[in-house]
Amino acid sequence: MKIQNDAHYAKSDEWVRVEGGIGIIGISDYAQDKLGDVVFVGDISVGSILKAGDLLVSIESVKAASDVYTPVSGKVLEVNHEVTMKPELINTDAFGAGWLAKIELSNLDELNGLMSAADYAEHRKE
Amino acid sequence: MTLYEKSVAGRSAFSFGFEEDRTAAEACVPESARAAVKPLPQVSELDLVRHFTNLATMNYGIDTGFYPLGSCTMKYNPKINEHMAADPRLTVRHPLDDPMDNQGILQMEFELKESLQEITGMDDFTLQPACGAHGELTGMLIIYAYMRDHDVKRTRVLIPDSAHGTNPASASMAGFQVVTVRSNERGGVDMDALDKLMDDTVAAIMLTNPNTVGLFEENITQIAELVHARGGLLYYDGANLNALLGLIRPGDLGFDVVHLNLHKTFSTPHGGGGPGAAPVGVKRFLADYLPVPVVVCRDGQFSLDEKRPHAIGRMSGFYGNTAVLARAYVYIKMMGRDGLLATSRAAVINANYVKALLSPYFSPAYDRPVMHETVLSAKSYDKYGVTLLDIAKRLMDYGYHPPTIYFPHFPPYAEEVMMVEPTESESKETMDSFCDALIKISQEAKENPDLLLSAPHNTVVTRVNETYAARHLVTSHRDKKGA
Repeated sequence: MKIQNDAHYAKSDEWVRVEGGIGIIGISDYAQDKLGDVVFVGDISVGSILKAGDLLVSIESVKAASDVYTPVSGKVLEVNHEVTMKPELINTDAFGAGWLAKIELSNLDELNGLMSAADYAEHRKE
Repeated sequence: MTLYEKSVAGRSAFSFGFEEDRTAAEACVPESARAAVKPLPQVSELDLVRHFTNLATMNYGIDTGFYPLGSCTMKYNPKINEHMAADPRLTVRHPLDDPMDNQGILQMEFELKESLQEITGMDDFTLQPACGAHGELTGMLIIYAYMRDHDVKRTRVLIPDSAHGTNPASASMAGFQVVTVRSNERGGVDMDALDKLMDDTVAAIMLTNPNTVGLFEENITQIAELVHARGGLLYYDGANLNALLGLIRPGDLGFDVVHLNLHKTFSTPHGGGGPGAAPVGVKRFLADYLPVPVVVCRDGQFSLDEKRPHAIGRMSGFYGNTAVLARAYVYIKMMGRDGLLATSRAAVINANYVKALLSPYFSPAYDRPVMHETVLSAKSYDKYGVTLLDIAKRLMDYGYHPPTIYFPHFPPYAEEVMMVEPTESESKETMDSFCDALIKISQEAKENPDLLLSAPHNTVVTRVNETYAARHLVTSHRDKKGA
């Protein structure tokens, strides 16, 4: 299981990495492994205002359709169109090219409520 | 090979015995429209018969073999259902005929309604909804209308996290906000969580019992008391009523609205999208909200009552899918009270029998007796590099339809789970052979995992690349060449 050290993690397996007040969101390597081959990523509307825990997007794998929730509140600034065209990017590079959306964080304190890489590794220890 | 690929210009399955003159016909259709229509395949009658006969032989159904698809209740559909539903006295009637000429059909529908009332303990029924989720929507619209008249602040609906996905979808479509209730470690509704959530904004709780993991909801009486005491209603998703016939009635458990999937419990065919039927039953205080029309009997005469000011409206063009209702009617009359009771007992015994045989090889999700279906995990075969998918594919080589795999998505920690539902239709011998096959496969997984990884070997179509298929959708023959 790969872990990205500079990301914050939600119990439901989403990660957020903060770069200059902007949060980049994706699902963890553990999550992509459990899902299996991802075959579809739904639409995310740029400009929508989300609260932490809101539905960000639904993604489908050969096994199941799963909801991805945003771990942080804020406005969606950018969406990864590449991943919509090539859902396999989530499988091959969950922490990199497989990112889903960039959000303008409205409450940096929320990051304290998320897990560190070490805590997440412990949370998903097999 | 599709029929289009077998097409040869000029070949035909019919002859009028004279030269066709198409000029008049073609003059009626503008050139632009003609160009847009792909010509039909040109094949002989024999080509056509062989094409469809061969396709039919590739099919796998309950009439060809064991089909333990959990959650779907693939029980046998007795042939007498088909025989009766095909009776010309039924098939030549039209819903717009004068009700006086359709007395037989209306009587059948009225009697079916009465039977369902008795089976479920409800006071009235509509037979209109055309499938399970349509029934759910009907039921939730009834609750919505009732709350609009009595308690407008109740806009939320509670649904357990184990529920089937159609429940939140139906509640949401009816206009409610859906709130998830956590389950406890025994697979039932967590009473503390329910206690916290059940306030005066909650219109109803939607429950399936046995629930979506095949377990009896042990706290149902307490749940009903709590929800009713705080002004909410109880909705029963009848997806799993097959386990309870003649044993327990949802109406007696405290449910106010129920829907029944006739194709699951009452042996009508599972359609590829229809036609289906999901009658919705209600307690007396909700009867005025049932959709119009409602079949009624006055002075020995049957009619469709349209004058019901509180009705939620009309849920389908006519009064439901009559041919489907007829099959359920035949089944219920044929089985009778004792027969239906025996059905549910056998469904429950069969599921527990399969669970007992397979437990040493595939660990059960819950360590308690199940109702009509059982959830088993293949997680322990991970170490041989074999997934549940590989096991399911290999099962096809043994001539079985695989059980439902990677479902339910519950409990959250359950991985590699399959849901096995033998139904009451199967004999001990069939279940024994099926379990033997799975046990053999579990040995193969250890000794020769490649056999599983490349399975199935004996089927018409071998292992398909599901990922490629999903990522490169070809939905029509016309798209095929571009793929």
